[in-house]
Amino acid sequence: MWTVLWQATEDSLESIAIGAGILGTGGGGNPYVGQLRAKQALKEWGPVTVLDPAELPEDSQVVCVGGIGAPTVGIEKVRDLQAYHALRAIEEFTGKKATALISNEIGGSNSVEPMIPASMSGLPVVDADGMGRAFPEFQMKTFFVYGVPCCPMAIADEKGNTVVIRETINPAWAERLARSLTVQMGCVACYAVTPMSADQVRRTAVLNTLTLARNLGDAVRESRLRGEDPLGAILETCPGKVLFSGKVVDLDRRTTAGFARGSVTIDGLDDYSGERMVIEFQNENLIARRDGEIVCTVPDLICAVATDLGEPVTTELMRYGLRITILGFPSPGLWTTPEGLAVAGPRAFGYDTDYSPLVV
Amino acid sequence: MFVGVDVGGTNTDAVLMDGNNLVGAAKLPTTGDVTSGIIDALTEVLKHLPGDGRVDAVMVGTTHFTNALLERRDLSPTGVVRLSLPATKLLPPLVDWPAPLKDAIGGLTYMVPGGHEFDGREISSLDRKEITSVIQDMRRQGVAAVAVSGVFSPVNTAHEEQAAAIIQEEAPEMRVTVSHENGRMGLLERENAAALNACLGDMARRTIQGIQQALRSLGLNARLYMSQNDGTLMDAEFASRYPVLTIASGPTNSMRGAAFLSGVRDGIVVDVGGTSTDVGALVKGFPREAAVAIELAGVRTNFRMPDVLSIPLGGGSVVDRDPLRIGPESVGYRLTEEALIFGGETLTTTDLAVAGGRVTLGDAAMVKGLEPSLVSQVLAEIQMRVETAIDRVKVSYGDMPVILVGGGSILVGDSLSGASEVLRPEHAGVANAIGAAIAQVGGQIERVYSLETTGREEAIADARAEAMNRAVAAGADASTVEVVDIEEVPLTYVPSNATRVRVKAVGDLAQQ
Repeated sequence: MWTVLWQATEDSLESIAIGAGILGTGGGGNPYVGQLRAKQALKEWGPVTVLDPAELPEDSQVVCVGGIGAPTVGIEKVRDLQAYHALRAIEEFTGKKATALISNEIGGSNSVEPMIPASMSGLPVVDADGMGRAFPEFQMKTFFVYGVPCCPMAIADEKGNTVVIRETINPAWAERLARSLTVQMGCVACYAVTPMSADQVRRTAVLNTLTLARNLGDAVRESRLRGEDPLGAILETCPGKVLFSGKVVDLDRRTTAGFARGSVTIDGLDDYSGERMVIEFQNENLIARRDGEIVCTVPDLICAVATDLGEPVTTELMRYGLRITILGFPSPGLWTTPEGLAVAGPRAFGYDTDYSPLVV
Repeated sequence: MFVGVDVGGTNTDAVLMDGNNLVGAAKLPTTGDVTSGIIDALTEVLKHLPGDGRVDAVMVGTTHFTNALLERRDLSPTGVVRLSLPATKLLPPLVDWPAPLKDAIGGLTYMVPGGHEFDGREISSLDRKEITSVIQDMRRQGVAAVAVSGVFSPVNTAHEEQAAAIIQEEAPEMRVTVSHENGRMGLLERENAAALNACLGDMARRTIQGIQQALRSLGLNARLYMSQNDGTLMDAEFASRYPVLTIASGPTNSMRGAAFLSGVRDGIVVDVGGTSTDVGALVKGFPREAAVAIELAGVRTNFRMPDVLSIPLGGGSVVDRDPLRIGPESVGYRLTEEALIFGGETLTTTDLAVAGGRVTLGDAAMVKGLEPSLVSQVLAEIQMRVETAIDRVKVSYGDMPVILVGGGSILVGDSLSGASEVLRPEHAGVANAIGAAIAQVGGQIERVYSLETTGREEAIADARAEAMNRAVAAGADASTVEVVDIEEVPLTYVPSNATRVRVKAVGDLAQQ
């Protein structure tokens, strides 16, 4: 069949949680429940093979699975095996078994959601995802930017209700319909969506991101064990740069139209003493300004980590006094084309500025 | 008059308070049975009771229940019943517990139909037959205590209450804890809290009965209260049912005591011990609560607990010269044998404080030979670590008063950056017992409102009224009850504009 790139075990899930937290750029929510669920699935049904996208057979059907709903509901009615049922519905609808599964985003809990149906059904997970980071909206996936149809889309709850959306006029409509179904289902559901060929995956997915997330987590964990600087280990694993380092002095967070919007202000320490950085976020960090001047914008990655331990700091955990370092990583190339920037550039989030690539 | 008692791992402290005046204090060793140590401390402190004086209430704070969990002793065989099916199957109750603790309480878990959605709808109906068969199984396995948890029980308590009633009816010998009375949103954390509470129940009841007997044996006809994690009191009967709410009362009482002794309501408390320094923020006289999940004996919970930053620096911290390193090793309680100033051979932070003239202690001649540059370097490093810790726990920008308590506070100099003033109150050694004695009675509510059906102001008014009612029900004097905290968390992604409101109200203990 194919060579095993690596096996996802309970231990690698610990690393992926840290790496996906960093790549989640402040979004992705509380990773605890998602990680615990994936670990439990692996305990029950065994480890999951991670597959190099280059090795997908030509006649593959790769299905993207993920969670949809409110994170605050997800810590109470914890998700079950919805993703597995949604996957089965897509297989029945298309009349074709899935060859492998793929994550919709590498940030937060969604990065490991495919591990659960994969472990249950003995399928591999492709070393790739649909964002290369996290984004707030379902339709913001590279698959859709490069023309892969979103539908059929299956939505499943934990009760046995499954709905297949056969066709929508665009991905935004799919998200709109899926969201109203999700509310009726009790605000936590899973979807299986956008069955793809091997060629479509290789052309439209952000590649090698599961390995990147694991390596980032490994680097942070190992540097902690050795008592070394985790930030250096992160930058050695994933080329990027330190944008700023300091402490949080102000936090303005409000919720509008279902998104956590706001800004965090950081006063510089050490090399950055006397300077100030303001980061604006909409679930994810979108724009970083140093002393008023824009130094990094979406779709480049703006990641906050605890300065001492390298632990990712999500916007929910942000608070006065935290010592954080802001790292910038260049966006995956699929987002920096005109088509990509139309969906995920600064203007797509309402900022009156053009994208200027981060120079590392 | 009120008597405050703090039962710590080493000492049992007692203070006698007449209103806001400290009348007497006592410090005696803690005993294995807890009660005889309390009797000793009470006997000592009551010598200060004036002839016409009367003790109205005794307030006890203790780490005894926490230690029972850490040592896994005296825990009841416990069953955990979750009302959730068909939801949440992948993560059964106790899923993330350390195996030894799970084994120590029996590790019996069940999932049955029931529970609610975020908006209060049923996930499925409660099934009496299922619950009856669970009860039969628990009885066969010798279960003495039951924890009942339901999905979204803080939004809709009906199923937990109905299931508890069925268990009480069919198995009156089992004690039942329902999760919604103990915790907030977060099924696993709230369920964990309920299970911890259930397994501590028998031991807590015995301990509290022992304390009540001790009071009677001393001829005290006083009400007994226990300190809670959030610095408020609960009566003895309530504490017997909810021992889990007492497990983090130590740091809270210390900070409340420091607030009282210094008169500061908004500031930073720095408690320097022998091995570590605890730093926390006071907001309106109460410790600020932690926002993230707190592990207790390896179990993840979401209790209301003070947000305390602990750094490995204390009066017994060992100083290495080459290269210069302060702590984390500490000589701890052996300070009086091992430090240079006490004739020992280990260089400790206390030796350098003496050498630097911060305090007169032991034999200063023993540290005369230390190079002045080393002394100033170490004292500057200590100062910087404390300043950094203070800065990290601050709730906002700007200088604040800093209150120094604890035996190791001699290490810290009076000029601290970030401090508007540095206070070293008298009687700081019994701050915990004072914190217990001056505690107020609190009531808290957490509820999700849909802002489509209820206006925001109406929702908050409703929550405020309910929290104040709860404070009065817990024993507060209604005329003194005030709301001290309102937290509103909009539920992201929920289109119906739902919001979670949490309100805490406190008041002075009503006089008899």
